[in-house]
Amino acid sequence: MNETLQAAVQSLQERFQARLSEFRGEISLLVPPEHNVEAAQALRDEFQFEMLLDETAVDYWPQTEPRFHVVAHMYSFIHNTVIELRFPVDGNAPELRSLVTVYPNANWKEREIWDLFGIRFNGHPDLRRIVMPYEWEGHPLRKDYPLGYEEVQFSFNKEQVDRHKRYGKR
Amino acid sequence: MDYRSTTIDELRHLVSERAISGETVLLNMGPQHPSTHGVLRLLLELDGEIVVTCIPDIGFLHTGVEKNMESKTYQQAEVMTDRLDYLNPLGNNLTYCLAVEKLTELDVPPRAQALRVILAELQRISSHLLWLGTSGLDLAAMSVFLYAMREREMILDIFEMVAGQRMMTTYIRPGGLWRDVPAEFEDTVRHVLDILPRRIDEYESLLTTNPLFLERTRGIGVLNTQQCMELGLTGPVLRATGKAYDLRKARPYSGYEQYDFNIPTQHDGDVYARYLVRVAEMRESIKIVEQALDKLPTGPVRSSNRKYVPPPRSEIGVSMEALIHHFKLWTEGFRPPVGHVYAATESPRGELGVYLESDGSPKPYRVHMNTPSFANLQAMPVLTKGHFVADVVGIIGSIDIVLGDADR
Repeated sequence: MNETLQAAVQSLQERFQARLSEFRGEISLLVPPEHNVEAAQALRDEFQFEMLLDETAVDYWPQTEPRFHVVAHMYSFIHNTVIELRFPVDGNAPELRSLVTVYPNANWKEREIWDLFGIRFNGHPDLRRIVMPYEWEGHPLRKDYPLGYEEVQFSFNKEQVDRHKRYGKR
Repeated sequence: MDYRSTTIDELRHLVSERAISGETVLLNMGPQHPSTHGVLRLLLELDGEIVVTCIPDIGFLHTGVEKNMESKTYQQAEVMTDRLDYLNPLGNNLTYCLAVEKLTELDVPPRAQALRVILAELQRISSHLLWLGTSGLDLAAMSVFLYAMREREMILDIFEMVAGQRMMTTYIRPGGLWRDVPAEFEDTVRHVLDILPRRIDEYESLLTTNPLFLERTRGIGVLNTQQCMELGLTGPVLRATGKAYDLRKARPYSGYEQYDFNIPTQHDGDVYARYLVRVAEMRESIKIVEQALDKLPTGPVRSSNRKYVPPPRSEIGVSMEALIHHFKLWTEGFRPPVGHVYAATESPRGELGVYLESDGSPKPYRVHMNTPSFANLQAMPVLTKGHFVADVVGIIGSIDIVLGDADR
């Protein structure tokens, strides 16, 4: 970890109670979701992470607290470093504040997350589906969304399957 | 967006007030339009012939690749990566393999590294040739298309020779390559390298100083570096604004640090600057391939870590252990450690990233492709604002999108 990154990590840990993890030389910070915009803002304005490379999500169903992690990768041209921020999001109707005000290109990436994971981004200017058809029901990249087939119901698991059968809507 | 249910009310927040009152016209361009390079729909708000707003609508080629990959083993999932950016299959393979190798800490033998670089650069040339041909065609330069396709064919023949497939190669595998290249590989590549520089001169003589081409490209679709950063644009679009950012130099992978090459840049940030950058990039790629061929090491092309890489065919008949490894790897797959990685390469279109998360099972828990075409398309509203409809065609060509890459 170089000095800038060290400073950035330390500052985010102190201000936002971020939790650091390192894997294969990649820095990852778990930031409480209520601070996501402030953390991104601090990275961009104070530590020159000018570009949002990527924003995506991971579903940890059936775990519900947190059920999702929204994962963002930021890049700094000056320091030539990538940093990863993860925002845990709870529940089946998850919500998070949008990063569009900090990184304008989060617009489409968050539309994609809404489309495929059903995470709602508050303050997003144009939260419509992007890759799935307009009238699609459900969010395909959720883990309880079946892959192209109907899950067979038996008497022993009828209710269990039924509970998540409506294409990951709940 | 569904055609049936798209009403002006739903788009109210995207179009200007004048569209509501009927003063400006909304025009659909695509999804079936030759100049959109695939199935892209653009909803244009027009004031006469001037574009007021451009609303790109993607997803027509969405195939659920990321969802599909979650249900396949790591080896099987690689096949899906070919289908993303179908003009850069080897580059996609490479990015995915780099992610898997980072996750599993697999070593890659030097010969495989050098061959990966050669193939990735040939792929870049072939992708740029197709871009040159089609975007020339959009701007009414018919003959460039025919010449560019002729040269691209020679490169595709090389891919067929090494991988058995012209496009869907799946040749680069975690831990190395599928197999070694045939004996005639080096001569064939050198033959192509001899021909290409002259041919690139020919294309340039057709376009670079052609007044009609200049008229259609200069001052069109201008972006500056700041806008590129805000929109997350990388690759030739960013380099055309004067920022010398190239992943092959910034965060080298596969041994790119050993080769001597330049990052071509331009300062105008318009369609013409992007054209100049890409043509110069083809020449740099030729330089890289030549250097890599000159010092191509001998040796194995696959890692000897049998827990992740299947043993060679010759061992299976004589070694019980090799047979067990082979069987386990192709029936069950390998189990990487728990964790998540992000690996990126410089694709012909910009930064191609793979986010890979493993839960310790033989199937990836989550694979996300951060694709350059997706980022490039997001810039369309900024790029087209205030230009003629005819220029929209040139602008789409200049950002070099592949819809399979954008929609996944």
